[in-house]
Amino acid sequence: MTDTATPLYNPQDLMRAQVRWRMLETVFWVSALLPFFVAETYLVLCTQIAIAALFALSLDLLVGYSGIVSLGHAVYFGIGAYTAGLLAKYGWGEPLSGLLLAGLVAMLFGYLISFIMVRITHFALIMVTIGLCLLFEEFGNQAHDITGGHDGLQGVRMWRLFGTFRWDLYGFTAYAYSLVVVFLCFLVIRRIINSPFGLSLRGMRENARRMPAIGAPSKQRLQIVYTISATFAGIAGGLLAQTTQFVALDALSFQRSAEVLVMLVLGGAGRLYGGIIGSIIFLVARDQLASNNPQYWYFWLGLLLILVIIFLPNGILGGIAHLLSRRKKS
Amino acid sequence: MRKILIGLGSVAAVALMASTAQAQQTIKIGLVMSFTGQFGDLGTMMDAGVRLYMQKHGDTVAGKKIEIIRKDSGAAGSAPDVAKRLTQELIVRDKVDIIAGFSLTPDALASADVLNESKKVGVIMNAATAIITATSPYFVRTSIPLPQAMAALGTWAAKTGGLKNSYTMVTDYGPGIDSEQAFQGAFKEAGGNIVGSVRFPVVSPDFSAFVQRLKDSKSESVYIFVPGGEQPAALGKALTEHGLSPKVTKVLASGELTNEAPLKSMGAAAEGIITAWHYDSGHKSAMNAEFVKGIAGLLNGRKPDQFTVSGYDGMHAIYEALKKTNGDTDGDKLIAAMKGLSWESPRGPMSIDPETRDVVQTVYLRRVEKLADGSFGNNEFDKLENVKDPVKAKLKAEGKLNPDGTSKK
Repeated sequence: MTDTATPLYNPQDLMRAQVRWRMLETVFWVSALLPFFVAETYLVLCTQIAIAALFALSLDLLVGYSGIVSLGHAVYFGIGAYTAGLLAKYGWGEPLSGLLLAGLVAMLFGYLISFIMVRITHFALIMVTIGLCLLFEEFGNQAHDITGGHDGLQGVRMWRLFGTFRWDLYGFTAYAYSLVVVFLCFLVIRRIINSPFGLSLRGMRENARRMPAIGAPSKQRLQIVYTISATFAGIAGGLLAQTTQFVALDALSFQRSAEVLVMLVLGGAGRLYGGIIGSIIFLVARDQLASNNPQYWYFWLGLLLILVIIFLPNGILGGIAHLLSRRKKS
Repeated sequence: MRKILIGLGSVAAVALMASTAQAQQTIKIGLVMSFTGQFGDLGTMMDAGVRLYMQKHGDTVAGKKIEIIRKDSGAAGSAPDVAKRLTQELIVRDKVDIIAGFSLTPDALASADVLNESKKVGVIMNAATAIITATSPYFVRTSIPLPQAMAALGTWAAKTGGLKNSYTMVTDYGPGIDSEQAFQGAFKEAGGNIVGSVRFPVVSPDFSAFVQRLKDSKSESVYIFVPGGEQPAALGKALTEHGLSPKVTKVLASGELTNEAPLKSMGAAAEGIITAWHYDSGHKSAMNAEFVKGIAGLLNGRKPDQFTVSGYDGMHAIYEALKKTNGDTDGDKLIAAMKGLSWESPRGPMSIDPETRDVVQTVYLRRVEKLADGSFGNNEFDKLENVKDPVKAKLKAEGKLNPDGTSKK
């Protein structure tokens, strides 16, 4: 939604115009509160959508804004999930500090791994990220005594949120907690993208060799964005572990990495709301199709994805933006 | 905006009232099973048992209509957070009274908290790790805790089978590790020697490398556990390809390996495989013959397997408990009604242990033999009656089990 800036020649004005809140954004975030009133039995699904949206946002920082392809982003999601889960299992069930630590641990891993990632591009990057994902998944499986392997991490017990709010069966606490965390993360990500730093990322996406020539060291900046992205993925993973009070090996899996990329592409990569819209549509479609037809629903999901990609190659938001710009011209 | 909100709110309120009004005449059962993915066939077979039971016994119990709501937990491979969310949604959104199914151990374990909090009964129709029923006082199992059959197999192999050494190959997750320990423990106790062991990854393993290792070990016998679904046939094929027929190396296994599909793909190479299990479609009883016929009618001639019979018996436990409570679906009353239930199943006599809520049943020792019609099947040559789960018996002896059958923290 922010990429279609009208030509403003004063750079300060340009940046300011991008940061400004739009009416639609306010409507969107206010309507995120609607499930509390009109769909309280869907709160568990809404929580998982919010978490997936944050995960997709974190990936968008790489894929959409910096041009780094990743098919192994679940590594950080899983690290965050296991950090939060293990903390709660071994006696520290305080949600907020647990979540912060989940983000920090993922950040540390992201920083270390970023040294490898900025040295390679394109297909090599896809291979290395998949390899990394499989590596971590297998490690999680082998470390059965710590992670519970394929049986999942059991005995995760969260304390009440702020010492007062119980994690109820309907998921009121879980959704409220996730929504606030996701919104705060969104604000930070939005600020990063609309900063000069964010602008330089987009520059690298378009031409990585030219950026150093105009005074923006690409490798260093890519490392920074990689670390930031890993941090948010870790927070998303931590949220999942805390709200479901269970961590499965699946949190580290290739399938989760691929799914989040699908959500992002579906919604539109490189657009702040692309990952969010994509995860809403993907998860709602999956939920509805699977409950209407538990045996053959994969067919319809596949069909939906193919149709979107054929007719809206830039994702749903890309398609809408395209339509709007055509209407303006005519 | 406000008008819209009020409008939406009133619609939701009406819908809510309608659903509670309906709940008074119907009893809803939510089935959480893997209908798609690697373990998709398992859900289909379990569900066939459920369908057959309702076909035979009608869809009304104690004057109330039974309604089944099916949910696919096979989405996204095997993600227990999906199974947990589906269980949670079935309870809060669809207002089901009973949960049943649970294809895999992680699914059941992840859902235990939900059952504890909502006080709803969960009938396990497959997941086979011993410890599951100790994680919630609302779990009841009609399938099998694996160690039940595997400990029996270990003892038999060393004592009656005359085997001195064995090699174990299991899938690396709860049930696999459970069965490995049960077999090894019983085999060693009876004087046998374990010469080596490997564990397969759960998802899409390549068996040939593992089978080669077994071949290199030159063990006189091998014990195998793999989860049902597609894997037994693939493993059977790998054994055949490496020339490890039961004539060269005695093959001992859980019943999954000699179900209909893997037997077909192994052909004559399967002859002589020895398994310990609770059910086979070839079990000789009038009740089973009728059961096999019923399933063949539902599934285009396919034979039932342990998933089908567990689905069938799971429904029986639910129906009988509802009769006892006269249609009351209160979780505590239902679970009390299920404790100690005993009945004749297509697999033979079985009951629910009032102490552990786990199944007590006959374990059969079977050998793959050529049948009269030229195909291969499991011939039951020995049996142990009223076998309880040895793992929980041990926990109880150590004083680690609460009176309601849950384990002490």
